[in-house]
Amino acid sequence: MSGSSERRAAIVVRGLEKRYGDVHAVRGIDFEVEHGEVFGFLGPNGAGKSTTIAILCTLAAPTAGSAAIAGYDVVRERDAVRRNIGLVFQETTLDEYLTAHRNLLFHGELYGVPADVLPERIEQVMRMVGLWDRKDSAVSTFSGGMKRRLEIARGLVHAPNVLFLDEPTIGLDPQTRSTIWGYIGELRERHGTTVFLTTHYMDEAERCDRVAIMDAGKIVAVGPPAKLKAAVGKDRVQLRTDDDAAAIAALREKLRIEAKIHEDTITFAVPSGEELLPRLFAELSVPIRSVSVARPSLDDVFLSFTGTTMRDAEASARSEQTGAKR
Amino acid sequence: MSAVAQRNEPPEPRRGGPSTARAAGLTSDLRTIKVVWHRELLRFIGDRPRLIAGVAQPVLYLFVMGTGLSAMVPVTSGVPFRTFLFPGVLCMAVLFTCFFSAGSLVSDREGGFMREMLVAPVRRSAILFGKCLGGTTVGTFQGMVMLVIGAIAGVPMSLELVVTVILELLVICFAITAFGVALAARVRTIQGFMALLQVALFPMFFASGALYPLSGLPAWLVALTRLDPLTYAVAPLRHAVLDASGQAALAPMVTWGGFVVPIWLDLVIVAACALVALAVALPRFSRDDA
Repeated sequence: MSGSSERRAAIVVRGLEKRYGDVHAVRGIDFEVEHGEVFGFLGPNGAGKSTTIAILCTLAAPTAGSAAIAGYDVVRERDAVRRNIGLVFQETTLDEYLTAHRNLLFHGELYGVPADVLPERIEQVMRMVGLWDRKDSAVSTFSGGMKRRLEIARGLVHAPNVLFLDEPTIGLDPQTRSTIWGYIGELRERHGTTVFLTTHYMDEAERCDRVAIMDAGKIVAVGPPAKLKAAVGKDRVQLRTDDDAAAIAALREKLRIEAKIHEDTITFAVPSGEELLPRLFAELSVPIRSVSVARPSLDDVFLSFTGTTMRDAEASARSEQTGAKR
Repeated sequence: MSAVAQRNEPPEPRRGGPSTARAAGLTSDLRTIKVVWHRELLRFIGDRPRLIAGVAQPVLYLFVMGTGLSAMVPVTSGVPFRTFLFPGVLCMAVLFTCFFSAGSLVSDREGGFMREMLVAPVRRSAILFGKCLGGTTVGTFQGMVMLVIGAIAGVPMSLELVVTVILELLVICFAITAFGVALAARVRTIQGFMALLQVALFPMFFASGALYPLSGLPAWLVALTRLDPLTYAVAPLRHAVLDASGQAALAPMVTWGGFVVPIWLDLVIVAACALVALAVALPRFSRDDA
């Protein structure tokens, strides 16, 4: 352990690499997560997100580089790391035969939560996820959303410094998704818990304090979503007109803008869409039916850093993996 | 709620933060064993079909098969055939109970709960040990149920018999669960475990002499029975049961050539098998990366 800054940050990752045989899953990544931050890992399947989270959670050993959670090294101080993190996996890891309360009780005992604070702690986290009145029901009677909420509660029983959420809202209905984001906000504001989550939902990545965009085992960009999007710099303008061909020609001649038709709509990118609108109405002789200006999304950020869309990256990562296995 | 969990816990260093001070290793191990053991009991009690099957199957064997076969085998050296059969049926009942208990390792993996245990800041050996103690407890409990069924079936009982059988079962059940855990540590699906049950458990049971005397067998079967660890589990139980009928002399002891294996050595062999099984299970289980 070197440096006090490393002690202060909740997560410190330096030159982290992981190889599985010929597959270079993580190719040397560096980042830090501050205490109380909600940090999102965004990228297509196969980008190395799951491998990174597995290393941070002490479930896989890095091939090179280092990682520390709350100042503890994930390789040399494994148990200390485990006591300081809460984990919510994509698949349920609850004991379905036991009651909700019993699941949390066993968890608290395994993690060595003192018996005099455990009952109070369990009530607090179960009330937070709105399951206190169902505490004596067997988990097998719970819906998918209730199970996920219970897992989040269980991950908090031992009051971890960092809560890891691997695709926390995957397969959930929109209402439960927004409920879970409510908890994440509450955790940050009321308890100062650091949250590290992976997602491939753009709208969820937008809600993080900072996002790391990962592709093909590397981090291609890190920063607050707004900053990343500002770096892309261009708004997307979509235009519907009575005569698209004439409109495109007019755009080229009068405004020097190259536009294309995507999904029956004229589409082009400009640095500032709103400032363009008055000129657009003034100079375009073709009748305009509708105009929309969209700020760049993280999708555009991903595209600008990797030259491909998330969906295409996912498809090629899949074929690369199957190719490597052969 | 548990004395174990309260012991020597350092006060929390930070506002609601985790106890970062390294909890004493032994305290953590005891806590882990207690949690895994407790869970095993809750699972056993909560599983009605398993409880019913645990009673129904031995009753079937003892009353129906025992009665039917005794018509065919009228004299078993002066001991009623049912009494002779009882230790074998007792052994079978605890065998299945313990083995299914070990099998929960497989269903835990399938259901995902295994991951919750594997990522906890606890030692894997403590998890395994708790599992074996859980199997020992439910297996011994099953044995006690069997004693009640035996008494109803007319097998002579005594306090000494009950105490002896329970003590012997503690060793035997631990060994059987450890054996089951060693097998289950590698198996990924319940179907796979059931297949192992067919391949490993039934031959072991049939070769153990649980259902027939150990003397007067053809040479190949003699060799097979002596190699079967379960033989050394059945012999002490049978000796205890026949002793209570005042027929200890008739209890078929295990013999190696001319050497009669004493009861204590039977149990030592069973205990040694348990240690071997644990030694096999632990590295298998530790390599498991959740």
